[in-house]
Amino acid sequence: MTTQDARLPEVPPELRNNVRIGPLDWLSPLYNWSRKRSLWPLFGGLACCAFEMIAAAAARFDQARFGMEIVRPSPRQADLMIVSGTMTKRMAPQIVRLYNQMPEPKYVIAMGACAISGGPFKEGYNVVSGVDKLIPVDVYVPGCPPRPEALYNAFLALHALWDRERISQLRWYRKDVVDEGVPVPELGPDLVNWRVVEKLGATEG
Amino acid sequence: METQAMTDVLTSLKERFPDAVEPSEYEGVVVAPARLLEVATFLRDELGYRYLSLVSGVDYPQPTTRFPARFEVVYHLFRESGGPLTLHVHADRDDPVVPSVVSVWPAANLHERETWDLMGIRFAGHPNLRRILLWEGFEGHPLRKDWHEVYYEADKKPFDSRYPNGRPVMAEARSPLGDNLRYPPGWSPQGWQSQAEEAVYAPLEAHLGGDGRRMPTDQVVVNLGPQHPSTHGVLRMIARLDGETIQQLEPVLGYLHRCHEKIGERNTWLANMPYTDRLDYVSSMSNNFGYAIAVEKLLGVEVPERAEYIRVIMAELTRIVRHLISIGSYTSDIGVYLTGMLYALEERELILDLFEMASGSRMMCNYFRFGGVARDLPDGWVALAKELVYERLPRRIDEMERFTFNEVFRARSVGVGVLPADKAIAYGCTGPLLRASGVPYDVRRAEPYSVYGELDWDVAVAYHGDIHDRFVVRFEEMRQSLRIIRQALERMPEGPVLSGKVQPALKVPAGEAYGRVEAPLGELGFYLVSDGSANPHRYRIRAPSFANLGVLGELCKGHLIADVVAILASIDITLGEVDR
Repeated sequence: MTTQDARLPEVPPELRNNVRIGPLDWLSPLYNWSRKRSLWPLFGGLACCAFEMIAAAAARFDQARFGMEIVRPSPRQADLMIVSGTMTKRMAPQIVRLYNQMPEPKYVIAMGACAISGGPFKEGYNVVSGVDKLIPVDVYVPGCPPRPEALYNAFLALHALWDRERISQLRWYRKDVVDEGVPVPELGPDLVNWRVVEKLGATEG
Repeated sequence: METQAMTDVLTSLKERFPDAVEPSEYEGVVVAPARLLEVATFLRDELGYRYLSLVSGVDYPQPTTRFPARFEVVYHLFRESGGPLTLHVHADRDDPVVPSVVSVWPAANLHERETWDLMGIRFAGHPNLRRILLWEGFEGHPLRKDWHEVYYEADKKPFDSRYPNGRPVMAEARSPLGDNLRYPPGWSPQGWQSQAEEAVYAPLEAHLGGDGRRMPTDQVVVNLGPQHPSTHGVLRMIARLDGETIQQLEPVLGYLHRCHEKIGERNTWLANMPYTDRLDYVSSMSNNFGYAIAVEKLLGVEVPERAEYIRVIMAELTRIVRHLISIGSYTSDIGVYLTGMLYALEERELILDLFEMASGSRMMCNYFRFGGVARDLPDGWVALAKELVYERLPRRIDEMERFTFNEVFRARSVGVGVLPADKAIAYGCTGPLLRASGVPYDVRRAEPYSVYGELDWDVAVAYHGDIHDRFVVRFEEMRQSLRIIRQALERMPEGPVLSGKVQPALKVPAGEAYGRVEAPLGELGFYLVSDGSANPHRYRIRAPSFANLGVLGELCKGHLIADVVAILASIDITLGEVDR
């Protein structure tokens, strides 16, 4: 037992063997290992890629091997958003709202060409050219649509990402980081992306 | 005989309306806008054109020697027996107004709203002329030829390289805001408020309140979707409820509007083929089929016989996949969760293996070409396909059909969402939805294309028009598809699979064509206008699930809110096709 930090409340003597106060980073492998086996994706397909996402969950490919078959229809219970398809401007406010409603830790996989950059529909007037214009993305899966195996590769990439995360660094356990969420875009003469609109004000003023 | 019937129709139209009807440049007739409703009523009541397939707007921005700049509204009509009739109505380009035909054919409702939304043609007398695919407040009407996108690259493809001097240029670099966004000059977010949501709720909220005859209860307006486990994608519905009973329900569309038609008008003819895959993304082969047929009509090319058989086999395999998915998702919507879907997806994987062997891709096959198919079937394909359609699939279809005898399945489906035959026709429903209402109308039989006329098969029909019968029809159709595939596999001759060679920048003779096929969800049509160049002048899609959705509100009225999910699943939609 390390000596107690003076800033922390005193631990009663009978609990000294039960409570650990001090750095927790040695627990990170256990923490990450357990997260890997219980990732709950958010239910909801956007477009074509959704069917490959369903196929990945179904009989031949069997997502349950990764402990991921519990697909939650509610964003409040999910920790992985698979953006499986074209994000249109009309859908963008909903996607951002869903993202904001997901509790930390949350991750986003951009599945398919449309989610990455707009894909074949990039030039479309109603298409957002890439999910990462609005929400942060952790893993990109190329393909149109990507095969289920490619989606699994994204899960493995996500696992590899977690292996590098340490409990002491995670932003959702830190008190000095305040997460205000992503500003929800609105539907105006075009999609009102508040980040871009700020730029608009700057050029005019 | 077909042409004889057509001539008779044109003659009787000409006799009845000598001053309002004149022959069109390409096909059909031109009708004076002022007499449109009279002509439409006459066509429906006396000549039997009860079925409105498609309303499309066409923009002719440049005046020619023969006519000034104008809009054209094109109506495609059908009757149960006999050929199509095309009506053209011209409208002034500065202030386009055309009388609405919703009172004659309710099917026109969604199509006219879409034409207003994307083309900006107003339909006088339309009960609810609001934007449908875009939101209220959007700036401009994108399908007009003089409306350009932000990432607008060039009028027509193929355009110059995206890699000038060997360095890639991102589309973002060309946009002043660095994104696919543009705001009207002088627009400022200061003090601005979005009207989009209010506009969605307004038509329903106007009816809130008791009806005066009985004790008023508070009605509520409820939103379903677009993120909802049972909306089959990103469909959104707004329902006005009295207790749990639906008083009024409206689909809100556009959450997957990918600007298919605008992009399609810039692409070359062949470059549109992979885009059609992404319409009804579960049945890409059928979509290819429809587009190939429409362009072949314009080109006048012959398809080799082997290719015709391959096309039919692929289209019917697609139908089986689509119906399996629709049955699987229906069972999961009524509470079986994933079990039914797993049965369906297991068989789907086997059929997708066949697609992958032939085309190289599981879902987005891009397999058809104008004048045939992309490549011949690989070795061993036929043997695998035979094993599937003779041995495995018949057994699995029988097994899955036990769902329809299940107590819960019957309780949720018998007598729910009944669609009478006359209403189904008036609303322009097609596919299993129409055939479950007792109308034996199938494009493969009504207007045989490819080799369907030579094969022996039956049109699946059921007569109650409820959810249960829609699935009875789907099971029967899968069996008929197996029958067709078996015959086609036996009869398929050896030979070439593509006539001529593939030309990426193919020029198509000027003209217009409407090619349609019986896709798994209903009649899939492509209305193409060519001006003789390497790109379509107008590329319009008649999506079966979009047309079928028009009747959703009618079907749900008076049912419980829990039934909405079941009714929607029985109509069976794919959002990629609804919103395009």
